[in-house]
Amino acid sequence: MATTTTHPSRTIVLVGHGMVGQRFLEALAEHGVTDSDRVVVFCEEPRPAYDRMHLTSYFSGTSPDELSVTPDDFMAGHGIELHVGDPAVAVDREARTVTSAAGRTVGYDVLVLATGSYPFVPPVPGKDARGCFVYRTVDDLLAIEAYAQGAAAGVVVGGGLLGLEAAGALQGLGLRTHIVEFAPRLMPVQVDEGGGAALRRTIGDMGLDVHTGVAGKEIRTDAAGAVTAMELSDGSAVDADLVVFSAGVRPRDQLAREAGLAVGERGGVTVDERCRTSDPAVFAIGECAQAADGRVYGLVAPGYEMAETAAATIAAEPAAAEADAETDTNTGAEAAADRTFTGADTSTKLKLLGVGVASFGDALGAADGCLDVVYSDSRAGLYKKLVVDRDGTLLGGVLVGDTDAYGMLRPLTGSVPPVPPEQLVLPPGAGAPAALGPSALPDDAVVCNCHNVTKAAIRGAVADHDCTTVREVGKCTRAGSGCGSCEKVLAALVNDELEARGVAVDKGLCGCFAHTRTELYEIVRVKRISSYVRLLDEHGREEARSGDGCEVCKPAVASILASLAPVIGADGYVLDGEQGALQDTNDHFLANLQRNGSYSVVPRVPGGEITPEKLIVLGEVAREFGLYTKITGGQRIDLFGARVDQLPAIWARLVDAGFESGHAYGKALRTVKSCVGSTWCRYGVQDSVRMAIDLELRYRGLRSPHKLKAAVSGCSRECAEAQSKDFGVIATANGWNLYVCGNGGATPRHADLLAQDLSDEELIRLIDRFLMFYIRTADRLERTSVWLERLEGGLDHLRDVVVADSLGIGAELEELMAAHVAHYRDEWAATLADPERLARFVSFVNAPGVPDPSVQFVPERDQVKPDLTLLSGPAIPVRGALEGASA
Amino acid sequence: MTTTMTTADSPARTLLRVEIRTAAGWHPVCDLNLLTHGRGVAALLPDGTQAAVFLGRTGDVYAIGNRDPFTGAYVLSRGLLGSAPAAQGSRPFVASPLLKQRFDLATGRCLDDEEVAVPAYPARIAEVAA
Repeated sequence: MATTTTHPSRTIVLVGHGMVGQRFLEALAEHGVTDSDRVVVFCEEPRPAYDRMHLTSYFSGTSPDELSVTPDDFMAGHGIELHVGDPAVAVDREARTVTSAAGRTVGYDVLVLATGSYPFVPPVPGKDARGCFVYRTVDDLLAIEAYAQGAAAGVVVGGGLLGLEAAGALQGLGLRTHIVEFAPRLMPVQVDEGGGAALRRTIGDMGLDVHTGVAGKEIRTDAAGAVTAMELSDGSAVDADLVVFSAGVRPRDQLAREAGLAVGERGGVTVDERCRTSDPAVFAIGECAQAADGRVYGLVAPGYEMAETAAATIAAEPAAAEADAETDTNTGAEAAADRTFTGADTSTKLKLLGVGVASFGDALGAADGCLDVVYSDSRAGLYKKLVVDRDGTLLGGVLVGDTDAYGMLRPLTGSVPPVPPEQLVLPPGAGAPAALGPSALPDDAVVCNCHNVTKAAIRGAVADHDCTTVREVGKCTRAGSGCGSCEKVLAALVNDELEARGVAVDKGLCGCFAHTRTELYEIVRVKRISSYVRLLDEHGREEARSGDGCEVCKPAVASILASLAPVIGADGYVLDGEQGALQDTNDHFLANLQRNGSYSVVPRVPGGEITPEKLIVLGEVAREFGLYTKITGGQRIDLFGARVDQLPAIWARLVDAGFESGHAYGKALRTVKSCVGSTWCRYGVQDSVRMAIDLELRYRGLRSPHKLKAAVSGCSRECAEAQSKDFGVIATANGWNLYVCGNGGATPRHADLLAQDLSDEELIRLIDRFLMFYIRTADRLERTSVWLERLEGGLDHLRDVVVADSLGIGAELEELMAAHVAHYRDEWAATLADPERLARFVSFVNAPGVPDPSVQFVPERDQVKPDLTLLSGPAIPVRGALEGASA
Repeated sequence: MTTTMTTADSPARTLLRVEIRTAAGWHPVCDLNLLTHGRGVAALLPDGTQAAVFLGRTGDVYAIGNRDPFTGAYVLSRGLLGSAPAAQGSRPFVASPLLKQRFDLATGRCLDDEEVAVPAYPARIAEVAA
């Protein structure tokens, strides 16, 4: 959108580079302003803008770099001057200059303030003691993490959104954690009393101590001035080594005040609908601004809207001046003419400490004469409330524990829902009709709140722009590309619209098969088809028969054949004959492909238990072959940087020392993690390590629709994190509890309790059935968590099938597993034993002894990392350049 | 782009060899029996460049550059083969094992980004004396 403009180049100065500041810069770039004008940014923090909303994910392994929302080449690519670690300290509006802490003075034509907010620290005596922190920046987190090393307990002051995040972080750092909230309930801004109570119960069950209706009175310190306890206003005291204040934020408007700009009574730079302050040359956006509706918004979505509004206005100004000269060049000018920010919806849906919490519209029932419809089940930790008008118009609501309905309810807000409100909160099976489909939404309902996309716009994308997938609709309308909470509704709407237009919705696996993975599994099983080519030629789509298949169905069918190998007469070794050609490169080389073409090697360490001798062998192998070593989350050791031709020699050493394949490369059982259990731990009630080893050895090598992770904890303290696994086992005084369908990763899900107090035999029988039922019915690359959500009848149905054997397939599933166990062979030992199988492990077919010269390494932190400069190579040859090479 | 220069009942004491053509002429790569239907191998050319050589389901051989232009890694030989639907000409392709972009084996063109292509080399199976 680079437009050639003739106005003299302006200097635009942005003060503050947070998420909103970055969005503003992106919007400027989209309008082409960065091409014509000089843009200078002052950023107080030592790093460019990062995702503050997901700050807490730092504690679950996200690096500060991964949190960044600033693409590496963004600043350079748009010629923006960014000064990190150099905050602006003064604005001279007369001279139109900004001066920074480092002494830079920059003249501006347009100044944009995006200074954000600062944490509010209540005036508690001792608040500045050593061990007191706030929770706002990456640096705050680093400081908390370092201080928590020697700490046993912590107090979080504030039970709001951020406070609960902070409490989760402290608990994750191993601290006994207290939450102190002045209001009578948790999350007082978003949820009502009933929702707060449900939340408190669930959070209390997780082992956090919640104190509501009290304030911190004083922080006690030791002789050295370090925190030892916090006294509360009710006279009690809690021991704590550190205190985190997260009791709300205040707009950072100091710079604006000193410059004489108008600020609101309760803080925040006053701006108009175009985000302009009392000085027409100065704008303010995000949390430091008081919007035209008199509110200060602390959420990112309204901040983004303000950023876009300010950018559009700034982009339009010079263009408007030239409007007579050329009207057709700057498309931004027209849009900007109507771009205003007058207030925003503050609906939210989030997961705090694993508990879903959503609030939308008039959640607290502030409207005159409004009525409540409430469903509450404390046993299940559920609370749902809808606020309705006398005529039945949905005004808002609160959901705690189960927020699935949010995607439908929020867009219905402001209209009269097509079914009575009580049916919208009742759980399925409790008298509620089948869930309300998105077809019930009115056309003007906003489906994607982040980008303000209505149902009509989505239907239009399908009808008028020929979009046939959610992804295409997203490209066309931006729907679904924000927080993602509308994803399910969006998918259903797109499918509905396609079906309504007579477009058959193809549920086939890929272009080669019209069947789903589940259907192919049944075909293979019943017809005992042991070859991909036969399956393709007999059951593929007409046009795909006798073709080469594709990269989607080949590995999927290979996995089915491997899972069913013992009962269909196929070879269990995944690389022999035709099977070898079906495997993704990881399975093909029995190792994990890394970005520079090298592989990583992960031997199995069942249950995470390993002898010193074996540990030494791993070290020796890594040293000898120059491999980068890293401990994995699954309690084993990953060795990186092996060339294809080194894999056999590495594995010869490992197999010799008693190791076998860890299947880290396969869609298969990965690890069964464990804590030390009753053998060592004073709290343990069962031998969790033995059980983990038994399970890992039983299910090793089991090919499945996606990877499988498991864990066994020796007591309810759950140190093995079994509830985040595909199957997790937690010891009880009477045996074992079995949890299923949990997940970590991008969409974490707590596992559901399937059965309790099981004996060893009962436990293994249920896991056998569960896994085989999953392998049989799941879609390709569908983890157990997603599979369960899709399974008709959900957890109840799964329990019926697995525990009560309602389909009468229990024995069959157990037999399949028994056959798997009986036929298991270590793939690496089998490979090493066969010269023909080994022949494939060369870098070059015509030069077996020559290593691949593109796989090289450079040092980093006393180990190695890939030398990526070798891969930057020549420019990509553009098509046409090589036409002459054709025969 | 395959020319098979022999018939099935070749006389004994000959073998089938895969060859690809570069600017310097036809270049032998390896025995045909080292290739698996539906997979590729990497070959080092005399000038140091790398080629990815594939054997299709029906016995055709193909050769393209081994470098994946999207990542810079020399890995295309380790991708999975497939064929585009008949409507798109049933053309054979390889999907990069890294980020899964597909490349037409006959032309080297990327099927997922029309701006991108890799070199394509003529390939054939030649009958040579053992």
